[in-house]
Amino acid sequence: MVTETDVQNAVVELLRKTVVRLPADVKSALKAAAEIETEEVPRMQLKAIMDNIALAEEGNTPMCQDTGVTIFYITLPRNCEVDVEKGIVDGVRLATKEVPLRPNAVQPLTRKNPGDNVGERMPFINCKVGDKEYIEITVMTKGAGSENMSQLGMLTPSQGVPGIKEFVLSTVLRAGGNPCPPMVLGIGIGGSSDICMKLAKEALLRPLNERHKDSEIAALETELLEALNMLDIGPMGLGGRTTVLGLNIEYAYCHTASLPVAVNVQCWAARRGTVRIHPDGKLQFPTHEEG
Amino acid sequence: MTKRLKTPLSEDDVRSLKAGEVVYLDGVVLTGRDEVHIHALEHLEKGESIPVDFKGAALFHCGPIMRKSGDAWEVVAAGPTTSSRMNSLEPEFIEKFRPGAIIGKGGMSQPTVDAMKKHGCVYLAITGGAAVLAAKGISSVSGVEWYELGMPEAIWILNADNFGPLTVGIDSHGNSLYASVNEKVKENEAKVRERLGLKK
Repeated sequence: MVTETDVQNAVVELLRKTVVRLPADVKSALKAAAEIETEEVPRMQLKAIMDNIALAEEGNTPMCQDTGVTIFYITLPRNCEVDVEKGIVDGVRLATKEVPLRPNAVQPLTRKNPGDNVGERMPFINCKVGDKEYIEITVMTKGAGSENMSQLGMLTPSQGVPGIKEFVLSTVLRAGGNPCPPMVLGIGIGGSSDICMKLAKEALLRPLNERHKDSEIAALETELLEALNMLDIGPMGLGGRTTVLGLNIEYAYCHTASLPVAVNVQCWAARRGTVRIHPDGKLQFPTHEEG
Repeated sequence: MTKRLKTPLSEDDVRSLKAGEVVYLDGVVLTGRDEVHIHALEHLEKGESIPVDFKGAALFHCGPIMRKSGDAWEVVAAGPTTSSRMNSLEPEFIEKFRPGAIIGKGGMSQPTVDAMKKHGCVYLAITGGAAVLAAKGISSVSGVEWYELGMPEAIWILNADNFGPLTVGIDSHGNSLYASVNEKVKENEAKVRERLGLKK
């Protein structure tokens, strides 16, 4: 039977892989951006990014010093008896020491730093029950430079799709070079204020090369991505052809009187990772199969 | 054009740099972000001394991941943090402490550009997120001050060896690459609006 210690060890391994190595879809998008860039300044920025990715992998070192706060999405089997939450908290604590991760989590008012990335409601765990026999744990290590540029807009229904486009454009213009572009945008549409922000973040969990299954949403994703890349904010805000590396939308039905839209901004180091813990203890890392 | 300079920087070093040039640094680099700015200015106001000398120094907007091996600290990852968070503090910081260079990402606002012109300071852009590459340019760590502020917020005294590449994002003559990019982005916004079917 899987124990809390198994979960803890799986989480340490998951965090190590997540902060060291980018998922294949993010790496290909960066490579493609480097190939189409013609100007010298952005070319140098993208070269530094590609060199850094290789160095992090070689040295098994976190690619960015901002290893973020840890946000978890877990799916438990119906008959789960192990305290997965405890395993995750212990795993974050141990990973902070061993990987290492930067101790980022502080008390919001006193700014006191416990040094282990654990505190009230942190790590934050989103949990659901599924129909698989394994425990699935996904983590997003979310840095602050990009998160600080995220926004929620409570639009009125009459603002409609143009209002959504306007809101996304203004968020990107306001963000400029701050969130370490080329950035990834996770966009939530509908739900309520809280659901919309949650959808925006969950949109960042989908591979960048996968369009939404609803063709109307998929078309909006492509339209926004292509248009925003005409801005030429460029890598690190120093100009260049790729401002947005990827753009995913998730939606939920909403109240007839409201139109929430949320943009969660992610940096080029769009780190996410998933581990599956099978009943026999075997671990599988679908986001990090190459290593 | 690529230049290699040693800290602390003289006013001549600083004034010789032009926006768009590429620089590599040797010598001491001091980290400092939100809390260091707040604390240093508070100390000065109270007439208290601070543990490092920022005159001519390279101030790095960075909260690194450090590891202690034996008695010595080593850098694991040390990329830049978002400089704009220091926008409200930097003009006063430059005036009072006179650093020669600020290293960061994303650029800084006009009051900082003005302070850099007046007092002789440049903004050197380093690629955000490229923290392992940046750490390669740091040969050793001399020490840490204000560690009680937490690992990301402390002053880390780093010894740089060919630290870079750094792009002069803002020079000491009032030129800012970020301002030029902003102007172009404003022009491009019209095209984007047309493409998205939005009002001008």
